[in-house]
Amino acid sequence: MTDYFNEMYQAGGVRAPYARLEDWMRAMPAELRSLKQAEAEALFRRIGITFAVYGEGGDPDRLIPFDMFPRVFTGAEWARLEKGIKQRARALNAFLVDIYGRGEIVRAGRIPSKLVYQNEAYEKAVAGIKPPKGVYSHIVGVDLVRTGPDEFFVLEDNCRTPSGVSYMLENREIMMRMFPDLFRENRIEPVDRYPELLRRTLASVAPEKCEGEPVVVLLTPGHFNSAYYEHSFLADLMGIELVEGQDLFVQGEFLYMRTTEGPRRVDVVYRRIDDAFIDPLCFRPDSMLGVPGLMDVYRSGGVSICSAPGAGVADDKAVYTFVPEMIRFYLGEEPLLNNVPTWQCGKADDLKYVLANLGELVVKEVHGSGGYGMLVGPKSTKEQVESFRARIMADPAGYIAQPTLALSTTPTFVAEGVAPRHVDLRPYCLVGERIELVPGGLTRVALKEGSLVVNSSQGGGVKDTWVLAE
Amino acid sequence: MLLSVDHVTTYRYDRPVRGVVQSHRLVPSVFDGQKVRDWAVTVSDGLAGGAFRDGAGDRVQGWTVRGPVTEISVHVRGTVETVDLAGVLRGHREGVPAEVYLCDTLATQADAALAELAEQARGEAGQLAQAHKLSALVSDAIAYVPGATHARTTAAEALAQGQGVCQDHSQALIAVARHLGLPARYVSGYLFASGDGAPEAAHAWAEIFVAGLGWIGFDASNRCCPDDRYIRLGSGFDAVDAAPIRGMARGGAAESLDVAVAVRQVQQ
Repeated sequence: MTDYFNEMYQAGGVRAPYARLEDWMRAMPAELRSLKQAEAEALFRRIGITFAVYGEGGDPDRLIPFDMFPRVFTGAEWARLEKGIKQRARALNAFLVDIYGRGEIVRAGRIPSKLVYQNEAYEKAVAGIKPPKGVYSHIVGVDLVRTGPDEFFVLEDNCRTPSGVSYMLENREIMMRMFPDLFRENRIEPVDRYPELLRRTLASVAPEKCEGEPVVVLLTPGHFNSAYYEHSFLADLMGIELVEGQDLFVQGEFLYMRTTEGPRRVDVVYRRIDDAFIDPLCFRPDSMLGVPGLMDVYRSGGVSICSAPGAGVADDKAVYTFVPEMIRFYLGEEPLLNNVPTWQCGKADDLKYVLANLGELVVKEVHGSGGYGMLVGPKSTKEQVESFRARIMADPAGYIAQPTLALSTTPTFVAEGVAPRHVDLRPYCLVGERIELVPGGLTRVALKEGSLVVNSSQGGGVKDTWVLAE
Repeated sequence: MLLSVDHVTTYRYDRPVRGVVQSHRLVPSVFDGQKVRDWAVTVSDGLAGGAFRDGAGDRVQGWTVRGPVTEISVHVRGTVETVDLAGVLRGHREGVPAEVYLCDTLATQADAALAELAEQARGEAGQLAQAHKLSALVSDAIAYVPGATHARTTAAEALAQGQGVCQDHSQALIAVARHLGLPARYVSGYLFASGDGAPEAAHAWAEIFVAGLGWIGFDASNRCCPDDRYIRLGSGFDAVDAAPIRGMARGGAAESLDVAVAVRQVQQ
């Protein structure tokens, strides 16, 4: 039986950051708890935060379950994570500037050229383009798991348009409303600066041609998108316009938005649509979501696009293996956060090992996301393992495998009371003129007993994440 | 050779459109095989966007036309001095590694028939011989028949049909080259055809990357490598990606297109 690190209880005692939560938990009778849980759900429903999951069917407007038991880090723990995350964000951006420039890391033989130049996220259209401040990925979501008091691992990086930050903000908001006393008794670092920091980050990468205060917009594919709530929520908090492709147009060297007072020049586009849909004149000709001509304006320095098209090469699950190498190559530093050891099924030796140990490993699709197309060996039936074996053998390069990590647990409210459940963490690192990280992030929790899959599409929930002030 | 180009593309809309946006690759490439004497691109009532050279070395320029408008014309005029480099793209500056052009697109995907065609060249000694053989195989397999295919015909469809134009030859050649692991790309440009049965003056061919030599042009439609009768404009993964003009009108009108190209030799 695997020994999982419990973030609250160790050797019969309560770890310091959770000390006050012990009393809080004990003082809460069951009926008050269900009352509060109902209240939380009502609040979430009223503000309209729902999450539609692609391809899952069911209720598109269902709520992601919210667990009221906070997840807590000490200031010292966070300080260490913060350094590691920022280091990673710097290296990932240096990598992107490099591969769309001279490709030194490939020339030096530190990463196979095939992984970079035959990557489906590589965009030939932006080769040679150096975006303002040398930033391709302005919001880097780093997915972390914990396996011990000092052991953290990066599961994956998200360099395109990581979602979920609205949950970080809403979870905190709801907790403060429901349990104001908790926030008086504990000194918790605030996260509500995030929207303003994001706005400043975006404004800081306005192109040189920008005159005066940069005009920033958030480009959404529309209300049918699963993250539309987050798009409108963030635009609102930042005080910027939420636009769809049809609200924007290109004229001459610049991009404009239609307003009731006439056209207004736009300097920075925070886009929440995929590369392929940005501009039908450059990418998919049938896209109706983007803006015709936008890429020409971008590439000639008339507007900034965040994240920059082509940023996806850096967060590929096969490229992930080389992030520690990027940190050494570009920054001359040793990685502060560890990668999970990863086997590339595209390599003959690795494939052999993976197939021989399938029952113990976690296998993921290189281009998959959201917990789909994933095998957790120890938690799967023999049939599931065998059907996955066939899939891997049909396309080895499409899969990577990792050891099944002993994800830490935190106390979670369940039907029977409080029980440990596995968690991960996604902090959101902002990269512009400066690198910023608000103390906190999105903690996802696998609500099913024993489950190691925290994705909301697979029955995961969310928690408020606290960082205690030192 | 000194070549003059006069190329007019006219777009007509059946009702006024609110505006037109275009992205052009209409300036001759810079390499040892050609040198621009004079060159001008104009768009009726057009506002020029920012121009830049992209990673593939192409000069790209955006244009917008404000509506309402029912007709716009793009006029390309200029003179280029060319020399015969036997298809070799010498002295061309570009930042995209050749390996990138191993990527498939829908139009250039090799089906079983294309793969089988490609295999016939596998035995050739060396990449250059393979490339020549592939070009000859494509010429033999697809007869030059104008009107037999349309703008969206894929390489696989053209081969199945056994007929096509330069676009089909080029995309089929790209498909078979990539199948053998040779980077290949689509090139658009102009061709000066002297004498009888002049094919398309607005022309397209393929480039195949041969280790040690670099990019080499192959014109399967004319069973040759580009020489001093050719003017190179730009490249891409396939015909859509390399199109000299990509554009879109706002306002959902039906569009009709009229193209007139004249490439002449200028006596020096």
